[in-house]
Amino acid sequence: MTTTSTARGERSVDYTPDDMMIAAAARALRGYRVCFVGIGLPSTAANLARTTHSPDLVLVYESGTIGAKPSRLPLSIGDGELAETADAVVSVPEIFNYWVQGGRIDVGFLGAAQIDRFANLNSTVIGDYEHPTVRLPGAGGAPEIAASCREVIVLVRQNRRTFVEQLDFRTTVGYGEGPEDRRRFGLRGAGPTLVITDLGLLRPDPATRELTMSALHPGVELDQARDATPWDLRVAADLTTIDPPSEEELSRLRALQATQGQG
Amino acid sequence: MAQIQSLAEAVANLVNDGDCVALEGFTHLIPVAAGHEIIRQSRCELTVVRLTPDIVFDQLIGMGCAKKLVFGWGGNPGVGSLHRFRDAVENGWPHPLVIEEHSHAGLTNRYVAGASGLPFGVLRGYFGTDLMGRTETVRSVVCPFTGEELAAVAALTPDVTIIHAQQGDPHGNVLMWGITGVNKEAVLAADRVLVTVEEIVERLEPRPGGVLLPGWIIDAVAEAPGGAYPSYTAGYSERDNSEYVRWDGISRDRETFLAWMDEHVMGGSTAVGR
Repeated sequence: MTTTSTARGERSVDYTPDDMMIAAAARALRGYRVCFVGIGLPSTAANLARTTHSPDLVLVYESGTIGAKPSRLPLSIGDGELAETADAVVSVPEIFNYWVQGGRIDVGFLGAAQIDRFANLNSTVIGDYEHPTVRLPGAGGAPEIAASCREVIVLVRQNRRTFVEQLDFRTTVGYGEGPEDRRRFGLRGAGPTLVITDLGLLRPDPATRELTMSALHPGVELDQARDATPWDLRVAADLTTIDPPSEEELSRLRALQATQGQG
Repeated sequence: MAQIQSLAEAVANLVNDGDCVALEGFTHLIPVAAGHEIIRQSRCELTVVRLTPDIVFDQLIGMGCAKKLVFGWGGNPGVGSLHRFRDAVENGWPHPLVIEEHSHAGLTNRYVAGASGLPFGVLRGYFGTDLMGRTETVRSVVCPFTGEELAAVAALTPDVTIIHAQQGDPHGNVLMWGITGVNKEAVLAADRVLVTVEEIVERLEPRPGGVLLPGWIIDAVAEAPGGAYPSYTAGYSERDNSEYVRWDGISRDRETFLAWMDEHVMGGSTAVGR
């Protein structure tokens, strides 16, 4: 794990790019009530939000656990800890049909192996579908999470392997080819409103829906983001630099990470 | 009415070569022991169905039992790839695997339609994705009331559904609780049903969140204590996360995988169904 330190600021607190992504994702959950969570960085971020600024955040996992309050980070979305601490445990048909499709989730987290400029996602194959170079796990819950959660936050690394001009497979629709496509496809949620990478934050342009670099992580230069993006990256006029993880965020994060996969 | 049988008997009676076999259980209650019995009995040409194929499906595929996989997400949760699944898709080992993939919501609604006696299920989804063109069992349908175009998924009616549950009783009634995933729908969609249970108890006690499956919709109940390992059974066992991590190493290499299966599943027998 590469350790970087903050570029600005007097205190030199060590943190990794993943820590920065998690802290940014946790901060982005402020103000939301119900969050659909996947395993990995999203689960860590959602639980960091719950243990810092949003104690009442309702975490919903695909396994049917609604209002889970895990004291240790789960390794899978169906860990017993999630069911034992949940307000309710419902079936998988219920989770998708009544809770996700029913429009009851404020924000969903997604990751992907590839993302394009309209935040469409690939988690199916790298290479040709029939003869893939890499067979990825597949769609899982992603297409409907992206379709029906009111908003979606995407967590991906920003490099030329992940950011691509053309997806090898479109597993999940972000904005299709532009501003009209979500309506055309009957997708009722707003789509990906924030993409968090290891370099910064991107948001869809209000008019074109093309992803636009809106903030950089501390110590990251805009050129790094441009180099990591195979298309001519759009940049917000008011590009900002976000705050590094605070000592509180980091200490709570370390405490959470120490529980990963226990039991 | 369900028969109480040994697992070996139940698999021999209910699972035939070429069958469409659903093994469900969402992280929790995965019928691993039953999967191992299918492998030991060298069943082949199976269409295997599961929302989230994990270790036991990696094993069924790697041992050559499956000709087709119907699924939503095939990975080792929190760990990474399923290497036997990938080897089958990427390199055709031990033989090519036909895949039919869905979103979880899509495959779930296929079971719901099957359980409901309907020809298809309906949902908002698939439009705009490449899944639509790849999967014969997804089409579009127009709502007769609103004119809205929606995704239609063909009903799924497995020849056999196998699940794991906490308890059965002497009449073959079954009780499961905790995360029950799509188990009930997969059972009700199937022609034949096998349930493995942690134990047979004299009397099933109602409990909050419990799902009771009456014995008259089940063909066989087999006692298989620890039958979900390394998945878990709430009230009986904990998920062995370290085994999922270990599987990554075991499954990467074909020979290591085969040696592990021989030792841990085949009982040293060489009657491998490939």
